Amino acid sequence: MITKRIIPCLDVRDGRVVKGVNFEGIRDVSSPVALAEYYSSCGADELVFYDITASHEGRKLFTEILTETAKNVFIPLTVGGGINTVEDFDRVLKCGADKVSVNSGAIKNPLLIKEAAERYGNQCVVISADVKRVDGEFRVFSKGGRVDTGMEAVSWIKKCVDLGAGEVVLNSIDTDGVKKGFDLEMLDAVCNAVSVPVIASGGAGNIEDFITLFTSLPKVDAGLAASIFHFGEVRIDELKKRMRAAGINARI
Amino acid sequence: MIAIVDYGVGNLFSLRSSCAKIGVEATVTGDVNVIEKADGIILPGVGAFRDAIGKLRQTGLDKVVKEECAAGKPLLGICLGMQMLLQRSFEGGEYDGLGLINGSVKPIKDVIPADYKVPHIGWNKLIFKKRTPLFKYINEGDFVYFVHSFYAADCEKNTTAVTEYGYPLTASVENGMVFGCQFHPEKSGEVGLKILRAYAEIAEGGKQ
Repeated sequence: MITKRIIPCLDVRDGRVVKGVNFEGIRDVSSPVALAEYYSSCGADELVFYDITASHEGRKLFTEILTETAKNVFIPLTVGGGINTVEDFDRVLKCGADKVSVNSGAIKNPLLIKEAAERYGNQCVVISADVKRVDGEFRVFSKGGRVDTGMEAVSWIKKCVDLGAGEVVLNSIDTDGVKKGFDLEMLDAVCNAVSVPVIASGGAGNIEDFITLFTSLPKVDAGLAASIFHFGEVRIDELKKRMRAAGINARI
Repeated sequence: MIAIVDYGVGNLFSLRSSCAKIGVEATVTGDVNVIEKADGIILPGVGAFRDAIGKLRQTGLDKVVKEECAAGKPLLGICLGMQMLLQRSFEGGEYDGLGLINGSVKPIKDVIPADYKVPHIGWNKLIFKKRTPLFKYINEGDFVYFVHSFYAADCEKNTTAVTEYGYPLTASVENGMVFGCQFHPEKSGEVGLKILRAYAEIAEGGKQ
C-alpha cells in the first residue's frame, strides 16, 4: 500500500529559506539546497519550494536554486508562488520541478488549472488553498492569506479539481504557526468533497500532531510543515519511526 | 553513453541529472545518429498515451528505437515510456504501442477498490516476480515513486515486479533487453539511482 507522505515546505525569498508565523514576522532559516539535501537524506518523501519573492531578480535567484536542488535531490519537487500563467509552469518545470502549485493565480484565472492540466497532465497541477473561518464558513484567502476572496473553500477546491487539479494542499490559516495540531475539521470537509490526494498544512507542532492527523483522518495523504522541521523540533526520520510504531504506513 | 530520447514530451531534467549523479554519461537527444551510437536507450514519457506515441511516430524516433531494440540494444521505458512498449493502450480510445512487450494498457480504476484514489500517486513497495539484473542493487520491499492512472495489463509473463494498491499493479516489465518501469527511478531517491546504475551497467556490458 501507498505510504503517508511527509513533506517539508521551504519558503524561499531572495535565495534563502524563511518561515512566517501566521504569515507574518518572517524569520531567516538556511540555504535551500543544503536543507533540501538534508531532508531527502532524513527520509522526506517530497519537497515543496514556495517562492515568496516579488522582484524579478529574486525570481531568477529562485530558479537557479531550484535547478541546483533538482541536480542533487531525487525525490519529487513541487514549486509554488507567483504562478499566474502557463509560461510560469514552463519556467519552473524546466528547472526540474515535477509539480506546480497554484493559489492566487488560479483565483484570478481558474482556467489556468485547465490549461496547465491539459498541457502537463493532472498530476502536475496542485491547487493550494489558504483557508480561514469567517462568519461560520470556510473562506478562501488570496495573496498569501491576506485577502478574503469571499469564496466558500470546499466548493472552490472542488471546482479546481473538476478543472484538472490532481492534488490539493489545504493550508488552514487558523492553525498555521500556532503549533497546536492540524485543522482536522477543515481537512475532513475537503477530503469528503474530493477524490484526489489531500495534503494537510498548517498547525503541526510535534510528532503527535502527525500521528493524530493520520489516525483520525485516514483519507489525508500527506502532512506538510516548515518551521518545526527547519528548527529541528521534529526530525523526519524519528517522525516516520513513530508513525510506523503507531501502525501508519510510512517509507523508511 | 545512454541516449535519453527527446521527442518533445515531458521533463527530462531529472533523468539527465540522476544519470550525472551516478557518473553515467547520458545525452538528451532526438538525433537518430546519437541514438544509434548509444550503448543503451531510455524512453521517458508523461501525459496522455495518444499524444506521446503520436509525437514519437511524428519524429520518426519510434523506428530507430525499434530497430536498435531488434539489434539487441538495451532499452528502458519509464512511466508512460514503459506503457508505450506494450501492444496497445485503452487510454482515451484504443491506440497501438510499440509492441515490444505483449500486453495492453488499461485504467487502474477498473481493477482497484472504489474508495482508492486515482492517480496512484506516492511511494509504494516493489514485490518481485522474477529475478532481473535491473534490481541487483535493491531489495524486495524497497519503496519507489509512482504517478499513474493507467497500468500495464495482460503482461504477466514479462512482469518482473508488482506493487500492491488493492490490486497487484505492474511495476516493471522485461523482455530480453527491453526493460520498463512504471515508477520513476529518477524520483525514487537512492533506490531509484541504484536501478539506473544497474541499467547503465547492462548497457555498458553489451558494448563489445
